[in-house]
Amino acid sequence: TRTESLRKSISSIIHKREMSLGVLPDGVDRNSDAFARNSQVMEGLLSQLRSHIRKVLAGGGPEAVNRNRGRNKLLPRERIERLIDPGSSFLELSQLAGHELYGEFLPSGGIISGIGPVHGRLCMFVANDPTVKGGTYYPITVKKHLRAQEIASQCKLPCLYLVDSGGAFLPKQAEVFPDKENFGRIFYNQAVMSAQGIPQIALVLGSCTAGGAYIPAMADESVMVKGNATIFLAGPPLVKAATGEEISAEDLGGATVHCKTSGVSDYFAVDELHGLAMGRNIIKNLCMAGEKGSPNALKHVYHYKEPIYDVRELRSIAPTDHKQHFDARSVIARIVDGSEFDEFKKLYGATLVTGFARIFGQPVGILGNNGILFNESALKGAHFIEICAQRSIPLVFLQNITGFMVGSRAEANGIAKSGAKMVMAVSCVKVPKITVIIGGSFGAGNYAMCGRAYNPNFLFVWPNARISVMGGTQAADVLAQVEQGNKKRRGIQWTTDEEKAFKEKVAEAYDREGSPYYSTARLWDDGVIDPADTRKILGLCISASVNSTPQETKYGVFRM
Amino acid sequence: SDYRDSKSSSKLIEKILIANRGEIACRIMKTAKRLGIRTVAVYSDADRYSLHVKSADEAVCIGPPPAKLSYLNANSIVEAAVRTGAQAIHPGYGFLSENAEFAQLCEDEALTFIGPPASAIRDMGDKSASKRIMGEAGVPLVPGYHGADQDIDLMQSEAEKIGYPVLIKPTHGGGGKGMRIVQNSNEFVESFLAAQREAAASFGVDTILLEKYITRPRHIEVQIFGDKHGNVLYLYERDCSLQRRHQKIIEEAPAPDITNEFRFQMGQAAVSAAKAVGYYNAGTVEFIVDTVSGQFYFMEMNTRLQVEHPVTEMVVHQDLVEWQIRVANGEPLPITQSEVPLSGHAFEARIYAENVPKGFLPATGVLHHYRPVPFSDTVRVETGVEQGDAVSMHYDPMIAKLVVWGESRAAALVKLKDCLAKFQVAGLPTNINFLRKLSNHWAFEKGQVETHFIEHYKDELFSDSVNAEQAEEVYEAAKFSAAIVAACLCKKENSIMKENHQDGRSLLSIWYSEHPFRVNYCAHRDMELEWENEFNTGNLVPMKLIITYQQDGSYLLVSESGGGSSPGIKLKVKQLDEHDFRVEADGLSVIVTLAVYSQGSIKHLHIWHGFQHHHFRQKVGLELSEEDEIQDKQTSIETAAHSPGTVVAPMAGLVVKVLAQSGVKVEAGQPILVLEAMKMEHVVKAPSAGFIHELNLSPGKQVSDGSILFKIKDDE
Repeated sequence: TRTESLRKSISSIIHKREMSLGVLPDGVDRNSDAFARNSQVMEGLLSQLRSHIRKVLAGGGPEAVNRNRGRNKLLPRERIERLIDPGSSFLELSQLAGHELYGEFLPSGGIISGIGPVHGRLCMFVANDPTVKGGTYYPITVKKHLRAQEIASQCKLPCLYLVDSGGAFLPKQAEVFPDKENFGRIFYNQAVMSAQGIPQIALVLGSCTAGGAYIPAMADESVMVKGNATIFLAGPPLVKAATGEEISAEDLGGATVHCKTSGVSDYFAVDELHGLAMGRNIIKNLCMAGEKGSPNALKHVYHYKEPIYDVRELRSIAPTDHKQHFDARSVIARIVDGSEFDEFKKLYGATLVTGFARIFGQPVGILGNNGILFNESALKGAHFIEICAQRSIPLVFLQNITGFMVGSRAEANGIAKSGAKMVMAVSCVKVPKITVIIGGSFGAGNYAMCGRAYNPNFLFVWPNARISVMGGTQAADVLAQVEQGNKKRRGIQWTTDEEKAFKEKVAEAYDREGSPYYSTARLWDDGVIDPADTRKILGLCISASVNSTPQETKYGVFRM
Repeated sequence: SDYRDSKSSSKLIEKILIANRGEIACRIMKTAKRLGIRTVAVYSDADRYSLHVKSADEAVCIGPPPAKLSYLNANSIVEAAVRTGAQAIHPGYGFLSENAEFAQLCEDEALTFIGPPASAIRDMGDKSASKRIMGEAGVPLVPGYHGADQDIDLMQSEAEKIGYPVLIKPTHGGGGKGMRIVQNSNEFVESFLAAQREAAASFGVDTILLEKYITRPRHIEVQIFGDKHGNVLYLYERDCSLQRRHQKIIEEAPAPDITNEFRFQMGQAAVSAAKAVGYYNAGTVEFIVDTVSGQFYFMEMNTRLQVEHPVTEMVVHQDLVEWQIRVANGEPLPITQSEVPLSGHAFEARIYAENVPKGFLPATGVLHHYRPVPFSDTVRVETGVEQGDAVSMHYDPMIAKLVVWGESRAAALVKLKDCLAKFQVAGLPTNINFLRKLSNHWAFEKGQVETHFIEHYKDELFSDSVNAEQAEEVYEAAKFSAAIVAACLCKKENSIMKENHQDGRSLLSIWYSEHPFRVNYCAHRDMELEWENEFNTGNLVPMKLIITYQQDGSYLLVSESGGGSSPGIKLKVKQLDEHDFRVEADGLSVIVTLAVYSQGSIKHLHIWHGFQHHHFRQKVGLELSEEDEIQDKQTSIETAAHSPGTVVAPMAGLVVKVLAQSGVKVEAGQPILVLEAMKMEHVVKAPSAGFIHELNLSPGKQVSDGSILFKIKDDE
């Protein structure tokens, strides 16, 4: 039936006489061993992923969850469910932040972030999880909060802070409090975004102590829930110690005090559901705030077709062995509308696939790796990015790159110069950029293909991905050579066994640190995703990214 | 038969005014339209937008909502007929249909009254006079003794003559007081004396009458028709035994389980009755049938077209309204007695807005969802309302009559059950489920109808379940319906959301895709419904559902009850139109109709599928108690400074008026003082009812912000 539907859709394209030149071929041999092997391995990786996700969805454990319920409070994801439009999608970010990062279990880094629509307006949600260490901020919690604000700022998304936090996690204050990208940055971002007209809304649903008190205080509008919400710079114990005053938390910083007397908060909610309903109302009344100028997006959605090929086959395309090559086009064929891809410069620099397509009707420019980056591939990439910048077309990077070509010939040809051109283009281009690591992401290839440092609006990884400066084996070889040199200089003999053990150790470390979980735990990406969800997530990300006004791209000096 | 008939060339009715409302007005108009006769509707202010007004060629307002001032206002109606040039008035049933003066008034105004002669209405209107006339005409009456001689021996011998059981009844009074059923002669003396004593005590008169007590009566009535040429025929009988509050709810024709001989005898008796009063047009002779003895007795004659006339029409294939008009035109009856066909069987179920468990009390409300079954050759729906109409307290709360026909009683019953299950009304309580119970009752299925049927089987009819096993079954069915409701609501919500966000804003609609997307897990939601089981009123059964959006586009429904949760059911839903869905569960596909409307903060959900109909409620929005509206109230901090009841100046100002004095009793909200500040007058009111204390202010006095003005206390 698949071939039949394929034939049908192709014939319909032909009949419409508006000929599409770019319908990609299937590109996948479903009967091959590789297909079966890849599917099987991916199935294993996905079940591992789902099991990690199941654990974090349960929050801080049954006891904490029950205690939370006992206070008539919902869990953070349930709160978000009640805020977003009923039955709408929610793009959660970095679900596995903090994964095996500290000695203790810190599900989702103690904070939930993501994007969803409220009254048809996409918003960024940042929700403390009070069941995880009382909602306190670990270093990764801060990082995740800041990352959410960064996305909001980049995409001009109103921010809804669902505050229920004990403030900074004091034992780690040195990693949380003082640095530039630490706790203070949260309020700095609120101020700057508010100045840019990006609404900052705080719903205080629980405690909001000390530094945290500034989240509602810095917000444009804030809601407090009677009984549960408290805002104060110092709680009752500290007040007693400092001034001898004895006062209850509610009288010190409850909703009544702040909504009626202090003016720290604006809306008085009688319970949590009331507070969440008020949150929705606030968004309803935002009107044009943060939506100045014409958005980057198309004014009208084009009718789009689903890809001809089954998106679930994305689970069977990428091998875990990064030495095995696969055609980026077979991935593209499963994420773009009607599997139509109009390839740019197909015959030149063939290790980088570039071309135009649409995702849910929105035009995109796609760059996908099909091997090592050569001089020509890098030049082609830079050229293609320039075109998309001029046309305000969002860019999608599909990373599967071992790096730039090395060796005398490449160096002599100025591979560094060509690579620099692509890096220059990627850095300066002012269109939405979305990166998905679908295989390896090694060395300078990571940079040229819009790695984390290049400010993509969103960056997701597949469970089979690997991210490191180079492959483990190569690194082991390089380091072993250096070590051997050192030993030789000191006149020490290195046995083969010793060398083997050394290499294994390096390779093992690289393997661990190159894992997508290592990456996602540290927020080097915005989440590990099921390859079958790639099209959907790209659509949601583009949708969230195209609300901002197109900006003029200005490049630096291209080394010619 | 004549080649030239002088009658047929006389002027025929071309325009009829229908002095009625609702379904019967609409029904009469249908026939009139078919015959090319123009129609005039009359309406009260309450019916301005109702269906019978819309259906008529012309309409005249005849007064305010109370029937006495409109539909019973003979002069206004006749005036409306004259004004619109109608030559005839059809009174329908109820209202003025059996009012001899009205019939007379029409005659006097040279308007044709489509009904019997005023004299016949008058004769039959008086119950004892009608019995006398019938007795004289040889129509069987319930045996009894109505004599003045109250001698106990005579009475006892009369009782013997009547045959036991005998009903002993005081001639005066009512309400069953003093009434006694005597089973045999041994009990007679004692019962008679007791009844006499009770009658004397209650009514001051101790005269007693005797009547045959009919233990298991049936109500069977014969449709008769007469023309102005002295022809009278009968169109067989209807059984109207199924009654509640002495009102019929299911009628059928012909009567089940009677012989042709019996049918003939009753028909003959009915024709004799009609002839005895010189009757013409449509009429009904009601009989009470003793199912034990097989005797029938005259009860009364209804001198109008009856509510249940359609069941007769269905089995004799005639349009009785057409006959009425033809007779009014002076034409002879179109067929003779021997030509009257009798084919198949018909039922009529009356669908009322009423509260069945509360003793069938009439209900009012809005028909938020109204979808009667589609009509065909064998299914008729006579209705006078449309979706969105209100059933008001002013008139009869009947919503519709459902009439079905089948080759046999059994076949008609199958049809009746099917149509009742598909008859969709939401917005007000109806008797549909009760009618379904009646039509599904084994005794009814067997045709064992009798007047006390509902009373007799009340245990089975008024509860959902006779045993625990049945109760469980009913509960499970409701739970399944709840799951379908939840899935359909999700589907509906999605399509609404999607529609709302398909404006020019590119790509936003993908956030409202068929199934909400979540990263690495399936979206799920809780839904809390309350099952409103009409047979167990006041007891809303909470049903909590967890809906998981499956990746294949289906919904996984798990219902939680009493701490446990049932294994989930997977539902696939396809929305067909605004209300209809195709739901697939476990390989079984059903068509489902969902009606949703809100009343206050309650959302009502009605679902129909197969033979199921369930009603659920869902709380929407937030219910905030008054106590919670703290922002508008004095806070505890402020009131704490003063004793309760203390009223302080809301601002600094000048007293301009003092409207009460200390010691005076005041109501909450009563103005006490008028202050002027910032060139504005501000009235200070009593915060609660009580007595004023410490009011020592006079006009011209300056008060400062927050100073005490007066106090309100409970005592003087």
